[in-house]
Amino acid sequence: MFGTALIVFREVLEAALVVSIVAAATRGLAGRARTIGSGVCAGVLGALLVAAGAGSIQRLASGSGQELFNASVLFVAVAMISWHVLWMSRHGRELSRHLGAVSAAVRQGSRPPSALVIVVAIAILREGSEVVLFLYGLAAGGTGYAGLVGGSLLGLAIGVAAGLALYFGLLRIPPGKMFSATNGLLLLIAAGMAATGARFLIQADWLPSLASPLWDSSRFIANGSAPGRVLHALIGYDARPSGMQMLFFAAVIATVGGAMLWQRRSHTAPPKAAAKPLPT
Amino acid sequence: MPRFFSSLIFACGAGLTACSQEKLPEHTLVLQDHRFTPSEITIPAGSKVRIVIDNRDDSSEEFDSDSLGREKVVPGKSSGAVVIGPLKPGRYPFMGEFHAQTAQGAVIVQ
Repeated sequence: MFGTALIVFREVLEAALVVSIVAAATRGLAGRARTIGSGVCAGVLGALLVAAGAGSIQRLASGSGQELFNASVLFVAVAMISWHVLWMSRHGRELSRHLGAVSAAVRQGSRPPSALVIVVAIAILREGSEVVLFLYGLAAGGTGYAGLVGGSLLGLAIGVAAGLALYFGLLRIPPGKMFSATNGLLLLIAAGMAATGARFLIQADWLPSLASPLWDSSRFIANGSAPGRVLHALIGYDARPSGMQMLFFAAVIATVGGAMLWQRRSHTAPPKAAAKPLPT
Repeated sequence: MPRFFSSLIFACGAGLTACSQEKLPEHTLVLQDHRFTPSEITIPAGSKVRIVIDNRDDSSEEFDSDSLGREKVVPGKSSGAVVIGPLKPGRYPFMGEFHAQTAQGAVIVQ
């Protein structure tokens, strides 16, 4: 039972951290509950479908179908997060002022949260399909249902608890800085996802690894350790990254991060200029 | 700057080579009763190798290696491949995460 719980927890953790950051990032936005709720439902449904079709996905692209599938959904998630953070850096200031009372502009612009529906769904789909395959294997192998259900519920509960802890931690950030913090976290998550996507393409031999590994920090934080897994979910941490992974990570930080800064500057500059007394 | 461009061209070239999917040396790991056979494979340093995981069990397995930086779910009664390398000499353990008590092995790079 504890073995089952541990594996379920490991898979759930990554998705739970992503969902909790999305929940914090959409605080005060119209239709947040619907965003998260439909993302979770679509993710669970998707996980079942992917698990059921795992064999078929696997056979695509001469045995590398799974890698291409994983890389594609990760890159879609990167695009959706980028869209959201860019929208937020335009409207974030306004949002933190109206936190609680949703302004008309936000209501009209409530489309970007729908980008996050896809991010939540993808996070759950990826990890969830592995949980489904694992549990299905155990059930088929004759493991008792009591241990199976108990173990998976325990693993799920601990994973969700970790997500909730992060969520309530993020809520303690003062409202004025809240969206900068969640935007920064989402940017790091996107960069990490891009790096993980690159790793799948290297695994499928579609991309060269370039210098590999670029460094080895597994002695300090191993990938399989608890801090390693949390850092992997949050910033795509890899104890032995390849040059190509770093390239993807840096490319997202540079392009999306740069666009965020540029948007914030171009959006906050006009009010400052207007505040100056007009020459008569 | 010229150095930057030459490395860029090199990177593109390397990318194209990778895309051509040249025939890589292949090693097969048979997974039966949640054990890998052979449990150790030896490969040369500095070259890429394709590892085929032939899962003959009914249940899925996740081929997982922190040191190789690889993870792949292989459904029951199917096989899947991961490409590893180029690697430095050393011992790179891997496991089947869903049955980690028995499914253990290592890639020895010489």
